[in-house]
Amino acid sequence: MLTGIRRIVKAGFVGFWRNAYVSLASVFVITVALFVIGSTMFIDQLLTTSLQSLQSKVDINVYFVPSASQDEVDAIRTAVAALPDVAAVTYTSREEALARYRERNQNDEIAMQALAELDENPLGANLAIQARETSQYENIARFLEERRDSATQTPVIDEINYERNKESIDALTNIIGAVEQASIATMLVLIVASILITFNTIRLAIYTAREEISIMRLVGASNMFIRGPFMLQGVMYGLVAGVFSLMIFYPIMVWLGPRTEAFFEFNLFTYFISNFSYIFGVLIGIGVVLGLISSVLAVARYLRV
Amino acid sequence: MIYFDNVSKLYNDGRSAALQEVTFQVAPKEFVSIVGHSGAGKTTLLKMIIAEDKPSHGQVFFESLDIHKIPRTKLPHYRRKIGTVFQDFKLLPHKTAYENIAFAMEANGRTDEEIHENVPQALSLVDLDDKAWNFPSELSGGEKQRVAIARAIVNQPDIIVADEPTGNLDPIATYEVVQILRKINDLGTTVIMTTHNKGVIDELGRRVITMDEGRIVRDDATGKYAL
Repeated sequence: MLTGIRRIVKAGFVGFWRNAYVSLASVFVITVALFVIGSTMFIDQLLTTSLQSLQSKVDINVYFVPSASQDEVDAIRTAVAALPDVAAVTYTSREEALARYRERNQNDEIAMQALAELDENPLGANLAIQARETSQYENIARFLEERRDSATQTPVIDEINYERNKESIDALTNIIGAVEQASIATMLVLIVASILITFNTIRLAIYTAREEISIMRLVGASNMFIRGPFMLQGVMYGLVAGVFSLMIFYPIMVWLGPRTEAFFEFNLFTYFISNFSYIFGVLIGIGVVLGLISSVLAVARYLRV
Repeated sequence: MIYFDNVSKLYNDGRSAALQEVTFQVAPKEFVSIVGHSGAGKTTLLKMIIAEDKPSHGQVFFESLDIHKIPRTKLPHYRRKIGTVFQDFKLLPHKTAYENIAFAMEANGRTDEEIHENVPQALSLVDLDDKAWNFPSELSGGEKQRVAIARAIVNQPDIIVADEPTGNLDPIATYEVVQILRKINDLGTTVIMTTHNKGVIDELGRRVITMDEGRIVRDDATGKYAL
C-alpha cells in the first residue's frame, strides 16, 4: 500500500517534469482561470466596501421639540436603538446642538445676534439614525412617525427628515441592488467559463496520454495505479498556477493600491496584504480542486472498456 | 491451459464475422503460431485471450477460468498472468527502457528489491543491458520490441501473447526476436504468436494454426507456412 502510494507520487512528479510542455500549458490556463476568479473577488470586494462607505453616509434625523423632557427623548432613543434594522444611533443633546450651531455660524453676525437675544436655547436635541440596509430606512421612519402620531399630549418629535432624504436613499438602494446583481452575474459567467476552459485543457493534456493509459491497462495496472499520477499532476497544476496567479496579482495590487484609495477610499493593496492567507487559500484551493476534478473526469474516459 | 469453445465474433447484427465457431486448445509450454491473411481473425483471437474483446457466442477459458466472466475490477489481476507483445511495441514513451519494464512490476505490486533484481535480468535476457536508460525514441525497432518482450516476461507470466511481433522489423531483428521467444518458451512459458512471416514459421518448426475468414482451416503439430 505505502509502496504503491510512493510509486504513484513519484510517477506523478516524473510525469509532470517529462511532459513539461503539456504541464506548462495546463498551468498557464489554470493561472488565467484563477486570475479571472481572483479579479472578480477583488472587484466584488471593492464594490461592496465602497457601497458600504456610501451607505454609512446616509442617515435619517429625528429632531425633538426644545421642550421635550430628557426622559421622553431617552425613551425614544432606546426604542429606536432596539430596532433590529438599526445599525447605529447618534444622540446630540440640546447643548451640543447649540454649540455646533454657534460653531457653524460664528461668522454670521445676524444669526449670532438673534441667538443672543433669546433667553433660552431654541434648539432641540436630535438623533442621527443609521440603518443596516438602505432599504430599511422606510421602516424606521414609519416607526418614528407612528410614535409621533400616537403621542397623547404635546408631541416630542418635531420633525423626521426621511421624506427629504427619501429620494437619494431610494436611488442609492436601487444602485446597490443593480450593482450587486450585475457583479454576481458577471462573476458566475466568468467562473463557469474558466472552469470549462481548465477542464478542456486538462482533458486535452490527458488525451495525449490516452495511448499510454491503454498500455498501462494491458500491462495489468489497476485503475487507481493509472489514475493516481494524473490526479497528482492535476493537483500540482493547481498548486503552481495558484502561486503564479498570486505572483501576478502582487505587482498589480501594488500599482492599484493608492489609485483605489484615492477613488474608492479603499486600498486594495492593504486588503490584499491583510487578507493574504485567505486569498492564498481560496486561489490555491480552487486551483487544486479544479485540477484534481478535471484529471479524474478526463482519465475516467480512458479507463472504461 | 487456453481453451476456445465454439467462439464466434459477429459484427453488424451478424452479417459479418471476425471469428466463426473457433474451437481449439493450447497446452502448457506449447509454442503456437497463428497464421492467415489480414482480416482472417488472428488479432481478434488474441484480443479474446487478453480480455480486450468479448465473443458474441462461445466461451474462452484460461485454465478453468471463463475469461469473459471476470469482473472488471479483477481484470488487472488476470492480465498480470499474461505477457503481451505487439507489432507496434506499445512502450510508454516518457519512460526509459528500464522504467518501462519496472512499470509492469510496479503495477504488479512487486517490491523494490525484486524490481532491482529482475529488471536487469530481463534486460540481459534480451541483450539490452547497455540501453537500460534510453527512452523508446532513442531505440531501433528491434530494440523496442526486445524491451517489450522483456516487459512481457519480467513478471514470469504463464503465457506470452504476441501479435505480429516481427511485423515492423527487418530480417535480422526478426531473427533475434524469434530466437528470444523460442528461448522463453524453452524456459517453460507458453507462447501464442500471430505472424505473416513464412520464414519465421519454417524456422520455428512448431505447431501452426492456419485461419481463413474467421475459421480455423488447418492445425498442424509441426507446421509449415501453407497459404
